[in-house]
Amino acid sequence: MDLLTQSSVHRATSMLAQVLPMPMLPKLPKPVALLQLPTMILLGVVLVLLGIAWFGCQYLRRLPESRINPAVVQSFSSRVSGWWMMYAVMGLCLLTGSSRLLVVLFFFVISFWALREFITLTPTRLGDHRALFWIFFIFAPFQYFLVYIGQGPITLGKFIPFELDAHRLFTNFIPVYAFLFIPTRIALAGDHKRFLERTAKIQSGLLVCVYALSHAPALLDLNLTNEKIGKVGSAGILVFFILVVQAGDVFQFVWNHLLGKRVIAKAINANKTWEGLIGGVISAALVGMGLSWFTPFSLVQAAGMSVILALMGFAGSMTMSAVKRDRGVQDYGTLVEGHSGVLDRFDSICFAAPIFYHATRFFFT
Amino acid sequence: MRMTTTVLALIAKGLSGASVRWIDCQPEMCQRVYFANHTSHLDALIVWSSLPENVRNLTRPVAAKDYWEKGRIRQYVAKQFNALLIDRKEIKVHQSPVDLMIREIGKTHSLIVFPEGSRNPDEEMRDFKSGLYYLSKKRPDLELVPVYMENLNRVLPRGEFLPVPLLSSVKFGPPIWLDHKEPKVEFLKRARESVRRLKHL
Repeated sequence: MDLLTQSSVHRATSMLAQVLPMPMLPKLPKPVALLQLPTMILLGVVLVLLGIAWFGCQYLRRLPESRINPAVVQSFSSRVSGWWMMYAVMGLCLLTGSSRLLVVLFFFVISFWALREFITLTPTRLGDHRALFWIFFIFAPFQYFLVYIGQGPITLGKFIPFELDAHRLFTNFIPVYAFLFIPTRIALAGDHKRFLERTAKIQSGLLVCVYALSHAPALLDLNLTNEKIGKVGSAGILVFFILVVQAGDVFQFVWNHLLGKRVIAKAINANKTWEGLIGGVISAALVGMGLSWFTPFSLVQAAGMSVILALMGFAGSMTMSAVKRDRGVQDYGTLVEGHSGVLDRFDSICFAAPIFYHATRFFFT
Repeated sequence: MRMTTTVLALIAKGLSGASVRWIDCQPEMCQRVYFANHTSHLDALIVWSSLPENVRNLTRPVAAKDYWEKGRIRQYVAKQFNALLIDRKEIKVHQSPVDLMIREIGKTHSLIVFPEGSRNPDEEMRDFKSGLYYLSKKRPDLELVPVYMENLNRVLPRGEFLPVPLLSSVKFGPPIWLDHKEPKVEFLKRARESVRRLKHL
């Protein structure tokens, strides 16, 4: 299966080389099995547990008189079903062959949708239209294309004597090239009203929804040197990442309700308390230690990574809350039927992804 | 024919990410005039594709001839969604658009109209033109359903040809009728207000 897809891709690229005078030839990285038994079992267990949680919620909703606030149950059950869908799709993507394509596509769709929600809520002017077209149809797809080619160098055909480093382009394409292009394009459109503000808004949308989130599928390309990773497959680290960030979210939510007293910033988010944050970080560290067996991390390393993840997840949801409060809405999905949107679910993952990616790359490859 | 219209409706919906809400109003097969605010060339297509398929097949958007007869693609799209094209430049006495509309809908079809006349680049809606008044004067049995669309002017603004896939929304409000002996100006004001109030619902 592995060899088959690899060789067909090579055949396709060499055919492309004959047709195009100056082709881009991605040298594919060494084939790594993405999903191996331990990760598969873990995904299965997560799916079953979430399924049980969902049925529990349905049961609680049916109870004629319960002391639990029905709104809390409702929001929890919608979250659970959202997560279940996400893990199911991710598992399916990882199962179907060893190609990363489906995983990358999955995150691209989420990025695209999140960007859509972000820009919809952000007031832009007519002069921004062309710049918006660029970020949606050129920059976002190209960033994910770079993730797809992965670490391998891109050679630019016979006549151009140097190679492009796809990884370097992946890390600086948006913050350098796209970020310089956007204000230029807006300036060319000739509307100077609130120029800096509009530029900053579009750049933040691109940074959070596309650039930051694209680091999550890029985890699959990390050349982890640890022996353990060979046994579990590189998908393990992606599953670990998402599970720990979400565990951080859930435990912050739980501790806020149980112990929450000192609110951190009332005007931004009245539910986030110091007790919830500390409890959430400690709980996430414990979850991370429990999951360390299918990552390249030792127990202590896994705990450290989990603390970083929980803190970044907290940072993400606080920042995105601030944007929402500024726009005077409850959720990013407000325009869509009044329930929460994709960005409400992925804000913590967006912020945690690049930091986790670089920390893992720095310390473990 | 059916297939392509369904596909067209799906594309229009996907592109505009339109969420549809019916407020104190249900989709019905009876003869109606949907009147909406006008900010983008996509408007007619979006209202039309927000309707359920059985209603959609009986509904004809009224659109500007000069725009929709330019180029093969526009002609094709206009034909597919069964647009009623009105010549804005040459309005003759015996061929008034209102007469044409009444003749074309007969006893079965509904209409989508934009009483502001042309696309409006401002936030605030313009005053309505009198067509809606004469239409319901001649056919008082037609239900007038107000429709408010948000954000479509950002999806495809005036003078642009490439759409940006932002999320938009379409709201259908409770029907209104022309009251007996209601003066024209009053009625048009009331109609405009019925669209405007949907914005905050």
